[in-house]
Amino acid sequence: MGTWQPALGLLAETARMAATAGAGVLEVLRNAAGPASPQDLLAARTQMALSLGWHIVLACLGVGMPALILLAEWRAIRTGDDAYMRLAHQWATAVGVLFAAGAVSGTILSFELGLLWPAMMGVYGQVIGLPFAAEGVAFFVEAIFLGIYLYSWNRLTPKAHLLAGLPVLLAGTASAFLVVCANAWMNAPVGFTPAGAVVRNVNPWRAMFNPAVPHETLHMIVAAFMVSGFLVAGVYAAGMLRGRTDRYHRLGFLVPFTLAAALTPVQVVVGDWAGREVARLQPAKFAAAEALFQTRAGAPLSIGGIVSGDRLHYSIEVPKMLSFLAKGSFDAVVQGLDRVPRPDRAPVGIVHLAFDLMVAMGFALLALSAWLAWSWWRRRGTPRSPWFLRLAALSGVAAVIAVEAGWTVTEVGRQPWTVYGHMRTFDAVNPAPGLWNGFVVVTLVYLVLTVVTLYVLRLLRRGGQVIAPQEPEPAPGPR
Amino acid sequence: MDVARVVLVVMWVGLTLYALLAGADFGAGAWDLMAGRSRPGMPRRKLIERAIGPVWEANHVWLIFVLVVLWTAFPGVFASVMSTLYIPLTLAALGIIARGTAFAFRKAARELWQRRLFGGAFAISSVLTPFFLGTVAGGIASGRVPPGLARGNIVTSWLNPTSILGGVLAVLVCVYLAGAYLSDDAVEGGKPEVAEWFRARALVAAVVIGAVALGGLAALRWDARPLYDGLTGRALPVVVASAVFGVASLVLLWWRVYSLVRAAAMLGVIAILWGWPLAQYPVMLPPNLTYRQAAAEMSVLVATMVVIAVGVLLIAPSMAWLIDLQRRGLRDGESPE
Repeated sequence: MGTWQPALGLLAETARMAATAGAGVLEVLRNAAGPASPQDLLAARTQMALSLGWHIVLACLGVGMPALILLAEWRAIRTGDDAYMRLAHQWATAVGVLFAAGAVSGTILSFELGLLWPAMMGVYGQVIGLPFAAEGVAFFVEAIFLGIYLYSWNRLTPKAHLLAGLPVLLAGTASAFLVVCANAWMNAPVGFTPAGAVVRNVNPWRAMFNPAVPHETLHMIVAAFMVSGFLVAGVYAAGMLRGRTDRYHRLGFLVPFTLAAALTPVQVVVGDWAGREVARLQPAKFAAAEALFQTRAGAPLSIGGIVSGDRLHYSIEVPKMLSFLAKGSFDAVVQGLDRVPRPDRAPVGIVHLAFDLMVAMGFALLALSAWLAWSWWRRRGTPRSPWFLRLAALSGVAAVIAVEAGWTVTEVGRQPWTVYGHMRTFDAVNPAPGLWNGFVVVTLVYLVLTVVTLYVLRLLRRGGQVIAPQEPEPAPGPR
Repeated sequence: MDVARVVLVVMWVGLTLYALLAGADFGAGAWDLMAGRSRPGMPRRKLIERAIGPVWEANHVWLIFVLVVLWTAFPGVFASVMSTLYIPLTLAALGIIARGTAFAFRKAARELWQRRLFGGAFAISSVLTPFFLGTVAGGIASGRVPPGLARGNIVTSWLNPTSILGGVLAVLVCVYLAGAYLSDDAVEGGKPEVAEWFRARALVAAVVIGAVALGGLAALRWDARPLYDGLTGRALPVVVASAVFGVASLVLLWWRVYSLVRAAAMLGVIAILWGWPLAQYPVMLPPNLTYRQAAAEMSVLVATMVVIAVGVLLIAPSMAWLIDLQRRGLRDGESPE
């Protein structure tokens, strides 16, 4: 017994220390509900940005890829060309995987609205719930018909199968519209009367159809089709560069690329309109995006540059252009950041850079689209230069960068507000301690998810076999 | 008309559908975990895959429905629950990611090790997700989520006897539901030996649920007295009904009357789910925040109901078509092999 005593004593001491430490941690946790620490606020913002940035790519594909699949299936039925049918099958298989990842990453976002921003949802949840509820319905319809579509290749006639796919496209587009309605409301909050810590006279329909809806939704939906078209085309462009130039690969490139290329000039026009609407509704965001510090008539358009202090250095200036773009007159007055109180200014450097990045990607894609159009007009074929395919292989990445940069302009440009002019991000965040840990875990999970999703998509590309989650035939198991 | 009450009931119907449909999908994942080694487990896993493959995404949407209706119609309750219980809810959210993606990815995997890895992730997250959602229910029901932002203790609000009971019961109920459905599916698919395998284990699960529920009621008396009083008071008929349906489904399973097992098991779960709100009605967040106080403005409640009504008109027929296709697939799918 004697030899055991010191060991027991040590054990008891360790247990006591552990208990004290545990109690200390619990004590910290119990004294919780103060304001969130700056670290937790940053963690919450980064987690939201990460989750949104991840989901947006999958959401774009969920909206755009059904259009590509239906286009290919329709051509297959019309022409009897087997290559089209193989493409439709192949893309449907990919959508099966992507839709699963998109569905769950979207669910996480609705969790995070409450987990990270309960103060916003507690006050404004009722104002902005309507488009989310409608989006739930649209998403439901999309999920059901995707299940039907993927599950019934051999159970329905070709035409009935094509028609069963149509609700997927319509509901997907409706989802995009509705969820962007909710975001538009954060930029142009209407449909309620603020009354201290609560809201009164809520008009959910007016809140849903707020002034920022038309330009934001259209800009996003067109972007979704562009991302899908360019990304899918990029995969086949890469295949053609490796010498796989059969009809299957050429069509796999041409169908999605043509769709995206046709939409690119449309997007430039829509983007220009969106810019003017932002200048009207959120002059502070517009000034940050254009890095315009001084309010002035005949404001120049500043391209690129580095923001330091209250100045933009090393930018390229186009005289009077900003006034023309924002107001339609070269001598119009454009409001600068000097009219915005300092605590209400967004981080100009990030917003301006993101804005220019988005525009640059858009014009690069426009040039690439014009190249194809010119070549097709001159000699009914794709450009002969290998550089066309090389750039086309990267076009999907460029489109994704444009979308991410655009969302950065929208979201960071609205800072320090979560609900523009009504609730600051700092006041919206969950005051519970320890949000930082959640951010670390969620980041790790998304990292793993990204790697695995790309890996699985590669697996799908290699094997020509059709395997979707909803497909009745399982993969060959171990033998 | 008390529109707030209508919305509350509709929301709870959504939650019930989530439990009955997605609960069975989670349970199927748990069965996947227990299905045995790769070779003998293959026909069981195949059946699981066929049964939930076409429907799980649609079933999953009911959770989003409940979340959205809660934050639209009862925003303060949503904010209180989400802020205080953010740890189990984050874990449940991660479980949802892992479950959905791993299931989809397993289909694409060729190699055995990949299928094992994704299958394992799918199965384990299928157990953890309902567990954490159950702890959330236990935290709310035992009055550990006070109204307000992160006003409750972020640890003990979900690590407590009632929450653990809620979590364990949620997992068991999912397992039992899935076992009952899968036995039925296996018989319809012409695989009686697979049905027997599920049947034997579902019987065990049913007995365990009964024991846990009885023991749990005793634990509630000590840990969550108001809930206990409600369950043994106003909600007593429903509690008794859940026991009756549970025993009935057990007997039917014993006799292999599979078509009725499914219905009886569902009714038992419905009774459990409706017993809780009945026990604390009209209180939404104990001790005393009622649904009327928590409700959004009338304009919002009406708009929500309009959207839901349109949704039902769109969703019901399409869902019926999907389920019909799934059931035909289960029947035809097995025969050619």
